[in-house]
Amino acid sequence: MWEIGLGHYLTVAAILFTIGIFGIFLNRKNVIVILMSVELMLLAVNINLVAFSWALKDLVGQIFTMFVLTVAAAEAAIGLAILVVYFRNRGSIAVEDINVMKG
Amino acid sequence: MVLQALAFYVFAAVAVAAGIMVVTARNPVHSVLFLILAFFNAAGLFVLMGAEFLAMILVIVYVGAVAVLFLFVVMMLDIDFVELRQGFVKYLPVGGLIGIVLLVELFVVVGGWVSMPATKSALAEPVREGVSNTAALGRLLYTKYVYLFQAAGLILFVAMIGAIVLTLRHREGVKRQKIAQQLKRTRAESVQLVKVKPGEGV
Repeated sequence: MWEIGLGHYLTVAAILFTIGIFGIFLNRKNVIVILMSVELMLLAVNINLVAFSWALKDLVGQIFTMFVLTVAAAEAAIGLAILVVYFRNRGSIAVEDINVMKG
Repeated sequence: MVLQALAFYVFAAVAVAAGIMVVTARNPVHSVLFLILAFFNAAGLFVLMGAEFLAMILVIVYVGAVAVLFLFVVMMLDIDFVELRQGFVKYLPVGGLIGIVLLVELFVVVGGWVSMPATKSALAEPVREGVSNTAALGRLLYTKYVYLFQAAGLILFVAMIGAIVLTLRHREGVKRQKIAQQLKRTRAESVQLVKVKPGEGV
């Protein structure tokens, strides 16, 4: 209990990842909260990478985490920009209204 | 050791609680604020694992940039969030079921996980003693991973341009400064000399 090992960190990351998945299902209509859930899942992945890097004493995991952070930041910027443009054109961000490209 | 364990449990508990609040909060602004709390606690976990540089990056990049971006967008868009929450209870059972199944699967993976003895000798970049985390990461990032580092910069650059291109719009009927036209002006077309006779006005 007082000896914190790799399993503890992996458990936290697993719980956070599950919360992210759960959030996507729970907020099916709200794109902003879905994006936030995706951020939570990326955070869980980052915790996993850093935990393995710490347990194996290998720095590559932390390098990889940095690239995941970069891509996550780019993804959030583009996603929110698309959201703003969509809201400007349609006046709503409900997910079920997004069906213009449906055949 | 006990202090470290206590810190871990506090950070982990607050991070998980904040994560739950992110997906269940009624108001998206509260969601963003809980997301910030989750990021701070994850940064605490990173510090516990000895990854100080990534912890600082997490606070600066995520809390300072991404979460504030979320906050801006949430506050900028005029959305009826009550309407968006309809169906929350409807999706609760299926979401909870999938979440529980996934969690059990992940616990099975975590519980049954063993490391091969050969892993220790196959490390790509072993941590060296006497070098701080930031210095070690820098040495690795600017030498072996320099092309990936440049590619990451390129990704951010493209994302920046994409976000600007997507959101920039030119409204009609707004007066703007046109520098080319200003520079093109000559004295002949802008100044007119008029002879005014005394006592008559123009």
